[in-house]
Amino acid sequence: MNVTLPSAVSSGGIGARVRRKEDLRFLAGRGRYTDDLVRPGQLHGWVLRSPHAHASIDAINDAAARAMPGVRAVYTARDIEAAGLGGVPCGWQVTGKGGKVMAEPPHPVLASGKVRHVGDPVAFIVAETRAQARDAAEAVEVSYGVLPALPDIGSAIAPGAVALHDGAPDNLCFDWEIGDQAATDAAFARAHKVVRFETTNNRLVPNAMEPRAAIGEFDPDSGEYTLTTTSQNPHVIRLLMGAFVLKLSEHKLRVVAPDVGGGFGSKIYHYAEEALVTWAAGQLRQPVRWTCERSESFVSDAHGRDHVTTAELALDADGRFLGLRVQTLANMGAYLSTFAPAVPTYLSATLLAGCYTTPAIHGQVKAVFTSTVPVDAYRGAGRPETTYLLERLVDVAAREMGMDRLEIRRRNFIQPSQFPYQTPVALQYDSGDYEATLRQALDAADYAGFEARRAEAKARGMLRGIGVSTYLEACGIAPSKLVGQLGARAGLYEVANIRVHPTGSVSVFTGTHSHGQGHETSFAQLVAEQLGVPIDMVEIVHGDTAKIPFGMGTYGSRSLAVGGAAMVKAMDKIIAKGRKIAAHLMEASVEDIEFADGRFRVAGTDRSKAFAEISMAAYVPHDYPIEELEPGLEETAFYDPKNFTYPGGCHICEVEIDPETGGVEVVKFTACDDVGRVINPMIVEGQIQGGVAQGIGQALIENTVYDSEGQLLSASFNDYAMPRAATVPEFTVLTSTTLCTHNPLGVKGCGEVGAIGSPPAVMNAVVDALRDYGVTHVEMPATPVKIWSIIQQGGAALPQAAE
Amino acid sequence: MYDFAYHKPSSVADAVKLMAADPEARPVSGGMTLLPALKHRLNKPTALIDLSGIAELRGVRREGDAIVIGGMTTHYEVATHPQILAAIPALARMAATIGDTQVRNRGTIGGSLANNDPAADYPAAALALRATILTDRRRIPADEFFLGMFTTALEADELVTGISFPIPEKAGYAKLRNPASRYSMTGVFVAKGPQGVGVGVNGAAPCAFRQNEMEAALSASWSADAVAAIKQPPDDLNSDIHGSAAYRANLVTVMAKRAVADAG
Repeated sequence: MNVTLPSAVSSGGIGARVRRKEDLRFLAGRGRYTDDLVRPGQLHGWVLRSPHAHASIDAINDAAARAMPGVRAVYTARDIEAAGLGGVPCGWQVTGKGGKVMAEPPHPVLASGKVRHVGDPVAFIVAETRAQARDAAEAVEVSYGVLPALPDIGSAIAPGAVALHDGAPDNLCFDWEIGDQAATDAAFARAHKVVRFETTNNRLVPNAMEPRAAIGEFDPDSGEYTLTTTSQNPHVIRLLMGAFVLKLSEHKLRVVAPDVGGGFGSKIYHYAEEALVTWAAGQLRQPVRWTCERSESFVSDAHGRDHVTTAELALDADGRFLGLRVQTLANMGAYLSTFAPAVPTYLSATLLAGCYTTPAIHGQVKAVFTSTVPVDAYRGAGRPETTYLLERLVDVAAREMGMDRLEIRRRNFIQPSQFPYQTPVALQYDSGDYEATLRQALDAADYAGFEARRAEAKARGMLRGIGVSTYLEACGIAPSKLVGQLGARAGLYEVANIRVHPTGSVSVFTGTHSHGQGHETSFAQLVAEQLGVPIDMVEIVHGDTAKIPFGMGTYGSRSLAVGGAAMVKAMDKIIAKGRKIAAHLMEASVEDIEFADGRFRVAGTDRSKAFAEISMAAYVPHDYPIEELEPGLEETAFYDPKNFTYPGGCHICEVEIDPETGGVEVVKFTACDDVGRVINPMIVEGQIQGGVAQGIGQALIENTVYDSEGQLLSASFNDYAMPRAATVPEFTVLTSTTLCTHNPLGVKGCGEVGAIGSPPAVMNAVVDALRDYGVTHVEMPATPVKIWSIIQQGGAALPQAAE
Repeated sequence: MYDFAYHKPSSVADAVKLMAADPEARPVSGGMTLLPALKHRLNKPTALIDLSGIAELRGVRREGDAIVIGGMTTHYEVATHPQILAAIPALARMAATIGDTQVRNRGTIGGSLANNDPAADYPAAALALRATILTDRRRIPADEFFLGMFTTALEADELVTGISFPIPEKAGYAKLRNPASRYSMTGVFVAKGPQGVGVGVNGAAPCAFRQNEMEAALSASWSADAVAAIKQPPDDLNSDIHGSAAYRANLVTVMAKRAVADAG
């Protein structure tokens, strides 16, 4: 099951810069997004949301709303409970210290008894028009008893803090650990130096371009429900919503995710609105639709990051890392979103070795409920948090050790000869060459010439700094048995069904989902290459549980590493069957049939059959081994990965700071990433550029701010800064490849590396730019006012790295 | 948005008549502030009076030593109009930095002046250039027009019809944008001409204002150095999640220096 690459990149195959097939419809406005779809007789839903961070619901009077024009229903928790619906489920159960499983308080579809964050759904109003539904929502009278807000981790864990959930009296979801505490303590006991570092990974709002939307439909004759939704994983939604909330069997529930305009993780999760439209469509026997307003997205889409971490690094006299201790407080928000418990634990703390040989590591994570929007995976999901921590910590350590920041990294790199490398925090890395990506990035960035550029900038009155991040991440999630042991409530394999049609064209049904990644192109390249058919003869189909056998969807940079591997496995079955058909047609032994470049050949002869001749024979089996072989040419494969994949690389950022305004400009950004085999370099570069843009956004401008009453202050684009074209520089994006050793394509994944590797590179550059001011740390985001304040105070501002 | 009546008068007189008849009606020019407020249901006017059909509100002309710009002139037109580019290029450059392309093609100078958003660009230019705001019934000097946050000297039924900018010898503008909204965090417009030296500040305070100390300093010596040491007191300046009052006070000095440099 290994891919043999042709010596030259064939037209449209693996390695070619094929233009994205899907872009024409997107650019021409012909994408078919959920909100574009119109259903006969459709009704419109509006969600009435809590204006309070934390309050009891003492009474709801919806009589006036029900009587308003066009209103068909006003649903509240009472209706949901009477119908026996379940709550929104969490897909991961973390078991903490002493075998204590996490607190998993109910997450009702509509708030029951209490609201727990601004934006918590309280009522669902369905009317003939959207305006009528919204008018009626304003007429619903809710009597709230305002309770103390818990707008951040600090307030939630403060002694005597009010409990958000009855089932979590101390607002603690779990207290978890990983690694060997005794070995780590021993390493610290013999350390030459201990470097301590505290940081907060700023909370982010994902802000996909397309707001969430959902349409529920019910066919009374078949009893089938259909949910069309903005999802990264329709089968997962069918599982979560069908089995846990609506209690519908799979054969009576179809979930469709058509064109989806960006997700970045925020569209993985099952949201209450999906259940509401689906259930209401059954109640009202008419389609019910809902589309999120942008300002509603800010208070209802799962947020990302929000970790508060203290780390200590023990080093020997030569700067070798001996041990690492990390304590993290992770904000879960008000309820557990689908993957939330996994983010700070198995997607974050397991990365604490980074690309370094730190022999002893102990990580602890306390997950905390707060009266804020639920927090879950956002592009990178736990790995950006750990990467930022490590790569800032390493820079701080270099400074305190008086070492060069490249030298300290090189001295601790895992060497290519050490793979497979078992870390002290569960993961086993299969491949990588961190020196290679570092060297290539240094060359491309002209690192050696930096001091001259700094001097030139200084002459212009600007402070120039350079920052390096050498990162590693784990993606291609994930081996089902392993994640099952770690608390996942689902498998994380992927599925491909490949249907070769009689004329040799191919339909590929994949359980992954493309919402901007360009799968329709890169997957077609992969299939065209393997089967030797022109790329135009390959169609990628995703996003519909009625068409795709099964699938776990797209997140965690898994689509190619896991979904692509499933395609290879299915194609192997196709080719194996084709060889039998070819052997029959050419009166040869199956063992003598070779398949390459789209032809089945009898080895050592000039006899061959084209792929399309074999597919035709399979569907018109007149001359066919019908006794031994079924007609047709269609195969399905499930692929369960053997391990995570481990992309890594080096990001180098140069910034210039205007000392008068504190404004930070990224003037140069160089990335060299090892994402394994590259199918379409153009798409990979685009993925990395997009990820870096988001990383620059996190580092410099994006920030989610709640006030003491739990009101979201950064609740619109007026106050939540998103990266713009002017925020990002020209990128130099390079790849340097070591192959993944355990999947058939040798691919690792590229969707998240940009967002993972870049924030510490930017912040290391910011700190470097301020080196003359004695600055040792700046918290993200490095906004103008923050930088200006630091400069005003001579660098003595904000939390400092201290011994 | 809530339902409202819609009127599209073809003369200023008709528009004013409609406004006088219904205190809850709102005139709309480009709608760049009003329409989002309506969509968010933050505003519930009984009627919108669309000014886009009034020809007399349009156009740019030179009147003696002044440039007169009709109230319905878009930011894009201000940014690209040959007479403005020739007479007050700094004003055109300022207009070119407002919002984005879409906003500049919808938003109008009259709407911006009448709205008097603290972070809008034009009020600083109007103050620095000693402009006169023209209405359906009178001429109001800029110094008497901008009264406070979103507050002007306009009467309830009074309509901005245009603005007259005396042509300066030189003028310049510099601002720092709010990283999120891209409105002015603090901007300073400086001008020197027959009317004297003017320094108008936007974004920093609840209302645009003139920086008198800087005007005196620049009158004595037109140079960036002349304002470099002048500190704006932070009292009464805006403070929010994007910048403290002290930060904005600093920006007043920094942007003043840069505006002088921009003016040349």
